[in-house]
Amino acid sequence: MHELAITQSILTISLRAAEEQHARRIRAIRLKLGAFSGVVPECVQLYLDVLAKGTIAEGAKIEAERLPLRVRCNDCGQVSEIDRRHIACPACGSVNLHRLSGREFLVDSLEVDT
Amino acid sequence: MEIKVLHQVMEWNDDVSAQVRDALRAHRVCLINVMGSPGAGKTSLITALIGRLREQFAIGVIEGDIAGQIDAEKIAALGIPAVQLNTDGACHIEAMSIQHILPQFDLDRLDVLFVENIGNLVCPAEFDIGENFRLTVLSIPEGDDKVAKYPLMFTDTDCLALTKCDTLPYFDFDTERVAADYRGVNPQGPLFRLSVRTGEGLDALAEHLAGRIRAALA
Repeated sequence: MHELAITQSILTISLRAAEEQHARRIRAIRLKLGAFSGVVPECVQLYLDVLAKGTIAEGAKIEAERLPLRVRCNDCGQVSEIDRRHIACPACGSVNLHRLSGREFLVDSLEVDT
Repeated sequence: MEIKVLHQVMEWNDDVSAQVRDALRAHRVCLINVMGSPGAGKTSLITALIGRLREQFAIGVIEGDIAGQIDAEKIAALGIPAVQLNTDGACHIEAMSIQHILPQFDLDRLDVLFVENIGNLVCPAEFDIGENFRLTVLSIPEGDDKVAKYPLMFTDTDCLALTKCDTLPYFDFDTERVAADYRGVNPQGPLFRLSVRTGEGLDALAEHLAGRIRAALA
């Protein structure tokens, strides 16, 4: 439901970045989404189609890349990709972990015409 | 042509939540974000916790609801400063709403501010509101599959309260399943089984929270 506010933020960020580069049109907006993000890219696309009308982002496509949950074990040092339902080091079972990726939610890049 | 952007989408909320956290730290107020489904018993639990914590701490409450004043009136009836925050349809509270409402409290006379979030197991978990810690509430009638179905709410929390445990004889609710799923997504998070109605387990949760509040205010 909160994809509307999020899409507004994505659009604002994208328009600002495109203007700084004097782009004439935004063709695609590439997002990076961590495994924990509950954002639905299809929903963002629907809102963008409406919000971007009359801007240089009109018709832009949302391309989302999912990033896995990666952790480094603070006990044995192993770096692993793990399932978010089983937060433990696969090598030694420790739950003393440092999260390397999985919580991202960012506008990574734009495909533009200049 | 590709332009690199690398800009956090949630920045608008992250910036404001940091401001809220700074403002509360300056006034030595601990913010507790209480989350759970509609009907899980968030208001009843907050009320019960107020009863057990009010002698140690000066408490205020922000009651988040989509509409209406019902919950704020319940809390205000206890003689506790309470402000209703209506989101007018939004499914969660954002840091900006907390920032706007803080001036309605005399923060120098508060130690603890409970925020009862919008009843919802999905969206509130994604928004940092400047809290010191999070308390997730799950009630027995909701079913024992909720941790598996809504993992973020149980991953990004500091504490899980399993409420309405007095109703366990009437539901096919496997508390061990919930405990195991919760350990999977949040291996360090404590779990408290309680009933506001019978009082079972409330002292243990209140004691745990009091320790966390003291640590936050130290």
